[in-house]
Amino acid sequence: MHAGREERSPSVGRASTAAPIPEREQRILGIIETARSKQKKFRDERVNMAHGAGGKATQGMIEGLFAPAFGAQTAEDAAALEIGGAALAFTTDSFVVKPLRFPGGSIGDLAVNGTVNDLAVSGARPRALTLSLILEEGLAADDLKAEVEAIAAAAQAAQVDVVGGDTKVVERGAADGMYICTAGIGERDPRARPAADAIRPGDRILLSGSIGEHGTAIMLARGEFDLDADIESDTRSLWPVADALLEEAGPSLRCMRDATRGGVASVLNELARSSRVAMLVHEARVPVDPAVAGASEILGIDPMYVANEGKLVAFVAPESADGALAALRSVPGCERAAEIGEVRTEPPGMVLVETSFGGKRVMDQLVGDPLPRIC
Amino acid sequence: MRYVDEFRDPELGRVLATEILAAVEPGRHYKFMEVCGGHTHSIYKYGVDDLLPANVELVHGPGCPVCVIPMGRVDDGIAIAREPGVIFTCFGDMMRVPGSSGSLLEAKAEGADIRMVYSPLDALRIAKHNPDREVVFFAIGFETTAPSTALTLKRAKAEGVPNFSCMCSHVTIVPPLRALLDSPDLRLDGFVGPGHVSTVVGARPFEFIPADYGKPIVVAGFEPLDILQAIRMILAQLADGRCEVENQYSRVVPYEGNRRALEVMAEVFELRPHFEWRGLGFISQSGLKLSEAYADLDAEVRFSVPGVRVADPKACQCGEVLKGVIKPWECKVFGTACTPERPIGTCMVSSEGACAAYYNFGRFAREREVV
Repeated sequence: MHAGREERSPSVGRASTAAPIPEREQRILGIIETARSKQKKFRDERVNMAHGAGGKATQGMIEGLFAPAFGAQTAEDAAALEIGGAALAFTTDSFVVKPLRFPGGSIGDLAVNGTVNDLAVSGARPRALTLSLILEEGLAADDLKAEVEAIAAAAQAAQVDVVGGDTKVVERGAADGMYICTAGIGERDPRARPAADAIRPGDRILLSGSIGEHGTAIMLARGEFDLDADIESDTRSLWPVADALLEEAGPSLRCMRDATRGGVASVLNELARSSRVAMLVHEARVPVDPAVAGASEILGIDPMYVANEGKLVAFVAPESADGALAALRSVPGCERAAEIGEVRTEPPGMVLVETSFGGKRVMDQLVGDPLPRIC
Repeated sequence: MRYVDEFRDPELGRVLATEILAAVEPGRHYKFMEVCGGHTHSIYKYGVDDLLPANVELVHGPGCPVCVIPMGRVDDGIAIAREPGVIFTCFGDMMRVPGSSGSLLEAKAEGADIRMVYSPLDALRIAKHNPDREVVFFAIGFETTAPSTALTLKRAKAEGVPNFSCMCSHVTIVPPLRALLDSPDLRLDGFVGPGHVSTVVGARPFEFIPADYGKPIVVAGFEPLDILQAIRMILAQLADGRCEVENQYSRVVPYEGNRRALEVMAEVFELRPHFEWRGLGFISQSGLKLSEAYADLDAEVRFSVPGVRVADPKACQCGEVLKGVIKPWECKVFGTACTPERPIGTCMVSSEGACAAYYNFGRFAREREVV
């Protein structure tokens, strides 16, 4: 790790060339800015894999199709509801991972933990789940039994009840083994109301542990590369992590997100855009397991974009950051938690990275889908 | 990571940056082209340009093999992919490149069996597993990837895999460089030479650049220190009044290239009389097709392809951007008809192309410059 990279030699860096921006360039920059801030449209003729990747195409579908139809206003992982005086959080998720089982977990673990985590990062204690199974004709009974057991065990570990479900069977070829759709409900915790619009410039960005393990484990489990490494999915319930942060930071805990599809980079981009702030990440502070770093290096993938199933990103007011980090690190499995960056005002909507090499760059949203069906 | 982190040492990077700053003549503006898309990628990934003085400008060259494939070729690929019984295989980045009516990704969504592979050998394996299907590999890339296609074709022939064929869109590196250099309005002071291509062709083929055009070129590796060192070496040539081919990447690139790779390419491929490049137009002897001996593995022989040339939109000025004559925002269609979501030219197709980079990050770059 290279700490203290901030102080750069004063002689190095861009010389001051405050040349006036030509009028035409200024106009073009204006056109781009308008296009960027405009609500995205859904104009594609067909759905393609990019629509499921969580990047620009997904965003177009949400902003251009779903939000106008349902009047959704927030970009939270779970909806906040007030029912009969009870403050609840409600979420839904679906799981289509291929293969069904992989080192460190299976589709059943993901279904429980993924749903629980959407509640946890919304600041809600997960209480109950429902699950719908879509099964393909011909699925081996042993595979189904194994997943039911995995679901039961994961639910017990996460201290949630599975309170209902549904089953559909489709013809061979109409699904790939099994898909799981879930709904989850939780009690919003009174200690904080974390939300995207609570993020403020100056907030510190904390990460609960090393990144990229789930996506890399899936990639290797598919056997498309002749690569072998001991990397396991990090699938777990994040409620104990969220609980520790709520306890330590209280209302100073501004926002949390689990860094699933599209990785930490996508989460930060989404939040920078919706909260109209900038973020600066110090790459050297982001913990990456050596095996994950090695596999990413060989495959030409940036671990910042690789999916996690048991890591969260938290935004904490600066004065509470040290305490929150210590609390995070005391949670089993989060020993490598780190403060990876901070929220800034300029340039709004963008995520900048100070690279380990000492340069600065933009960490953009994903355009295509590097790895479909990761969860 | 051993043997990797050494080439990304920020301390050494700072030393090189200081040396580069000392080597530039104040008041002089330098434009260097990094030819290879791999260099462009590293420059963005590590923020290398952020360590350079403002008067050293890097121009991203034509070396992204995906982006230079013209629309007509994409259309031909889609036409083959839509033939009944065909499994069409290609590298992942090729899927998004637009043809005249959509990309391979969109054709896949419409029902064509298009699969992403990581190596041509994967395509051959798919052919062996699906003997009742025709499996076509869309081969793209410079001399870097051409040898692996050649070896795959040799193996397919030796093993007699009748349902495998190759749509060859391999290109060669020297002709487009010559085309750029021949242009009277070129504004470049030197080249960061393509390291991966040079592992195959060597550094010798670039001798014409200093000899005929008087520009220095330094073949460089892909780690950030490699690129900074190459820039320092170019600046040293300019300062000394030297003009030659230098090999910064000598740990991998032999000056004479890889003879065995060149031999297998010579056996399997032959030059096309001309090949069209997106943004650059037709360049003679710049593309490869399968040789006579391998014609029965040529997908363009096996299937009827439309072969219709789709002209680059007239207003597209990728050629000028590549030559460093105009800035992305000076192009007539930039930001209006041509955007990253709906790209027209090669510079917008790849996220690392000069235009896409400016579109996405230009505002940031501007802010950085006036800091």
